Amino acid sequence: MPGPFTDDNDAAGGLVAKGAPGDNAAPLSISEISALLKRTVEDRFGFVRLRGELSGVKRAASGHLYCSLKDDKARIDGVMWRGQADRLPFAPEDGLEVIASGKLTTYAGRSSYQIVIERMEIAGEGALLALLEKTRAQLAAEGLFAEERKRPLPYLPQVIGVVTSPTGAVIRDILHRLADRFPSHVLVWPVLVQGQGSAEQVAAAVRGFSALAPDGAVPRPDLVIVARGGGSIEDLWGFNEEVVVRAIAESTIPVISAVGHETDTTLADFAADRRAPTPTAAAEMAVPVRADLLALLGELAARKRRAILRPVSLGRERLEARVRRLPRGEALLQAPAQKLDELSERLRRGLADRATRAKDRLQADPARLSIALLQLRVQRAQDRLDAARIGPVLVTQRIAGGRDRLDALDRLRRQIDPRAPLARGYVLVVAPDGTMVKNRATAAAQPALALEFSDGRLDVLPVEGGTSPRRARSRRDEGTPRQDDLFG
Amino acid sequence: MLCAMEQKAADITAMSFEQALQALEAIVRQLESGEVPLDESITLYERGEELRRHCQARLDAAQARIEKIVAGPDGAARATEPFSEGG
Repeated sequence: MPGPFTDDNDAAGGLVAKGAPGDNAAPLSISEISALLKRTVEDRFGFVRLRGELSGVKRAASGHLYCSLKDDKARIDGVMWRGQADRLPFAPEDGLEVIASGKLTTYAGRSSYQIVIERMEIAGEGALLALLEKTRAQLAAEGLFAEERKRPLPYLPQVIGVVTSPTGAVIRDILHRLADRFPSHVLVWPVLVQGQGSAEQVAAAVRGFSALAPDGAVPRPDLVIVARGGGSIEDLWGFNEEVVVRAIAESTIPVISAVGHETDTTLADFAADRRAPTPTAAAEMAVPVRADLLALLGELAARKRRAILRPVSLGRERLEARVRRLPRGEALLQAPAQKLDELSERLRRGLADRATRAKDRLQADPARLSIALLQLRVQRAQDRLDAARIGPVLVTQRIAGGRDRLDALDRLRRQIDPRAPLARGYVLVVAPDGTMVKNRATAAAQPALALEFSDGRLDVLPVEGGTSPRRARSRRDEGTPRQDDLFG
Repeated sequence: MLCAMEQKAADITAMSFEQALQALEAIVRQLESGEVPLDESITLYERGEELRRHCQARLDAAQARIEKIVAGPDGAARATEPFSEGG
């Protein structure tokens, strides 16, 4: 190819450039060569796919994205205009291995070339996971996933906010399960859950629920479910994006995350207060089973009814137990009666015992009462008696004295016996009543008289005329006072 | 006395279902323990009945109501409209 590229070596020798014969190629200006280069590069590399590691990623104020792609030996600058950069499903950053598609172009002003990136993708799942891990580590370092940030879910939410696609199985599953367990007031915030802009929509919905005033026109949920069905890691990528993660972490309402299937884990799951393996499981976490609660309530009410009667029945039992322990009337008397019997027996036995003991003691004590003692006392008394010198002579003397006096008196008596004169012929005149008649007047007054002789009595009748008997009798009367003196 | 009763009733109204349920359960346990004096147990029973009614009302009031957020131009929720699947 003729032209500046085929100059011979001799051209180097000249001091001043001059046209050589046959040389129809004038020198090219820089702009010309740059333009040539540009055309060549852009024609030749109108569409390339480059795989390399991002470095020097910089987002300009204009929104354009500048970066370099490199491997271990070479590097190439790259630019992604704002329109495309805004649609990137991930945040490009240094170290990320990407596959960039676009065209090469040159930048004449700086003698450089670069790739204008139309599309940029993460280079394979490994790189994607590496990015995910990096983001996770960064957000975790901020404490967004900390366990102590987790809030308890309300036991029975009044309003449940659901952030998900309004179509498809996910919302249907959630609504059905909620209806089965506990029919609830559900607010669905429809969002795209996949593809361009989905992360922003999800984040805006989560923030939107949090921004609702408690008494506003739209009821504020007390629980938010962020849900999406299963899919590839790319499908779920929106839920790994920082904007979603931050919205969930900053939510003022407790959030259940239910993204993908059980094996899929997104950063949204880490940030949420609870992670549900599936949307259905999220509905189960959200509300208890109404029938269970009704049963529990019924059971509590029944237990309460039983319990309220318990103190009464318990009191009755206690009362009855005490009543049973009350002794019967006769039983009250049994013990005292028995005691009385016992005491009586002891009294009886005690007396007998006492007597026996006294007897024993009496017999056991020879010193106190014995024949010897009695004999001793008798002896002593005898001694004292002997000492007193009492003899029969004391009595016989007096008897003899008495007898002498008696004899003397008897002699005297015989001398003065009124009947003694009878033997000598005197008579006693006696009235019927036995009284002695001493004078005639008395005798004359008597109806009958008796005359006592020494050998017996003769009854006589007083007759008037005879004087002698009366005289005799009167003489006798004169003797009587002498007799009285004798006996007086 | 009446004032205190009204106060208690207001307490219960402000309770969440779970709080009321826990309070009811606590009362049932107390009653079941048999350690509450008889007179006091009647007061407890009445309060338990209030709590049970409150819980029952909360359960009875539960009904499905599904709405969709209608967002305003600023992206904030402006209103709701009935939600229909697939809509």
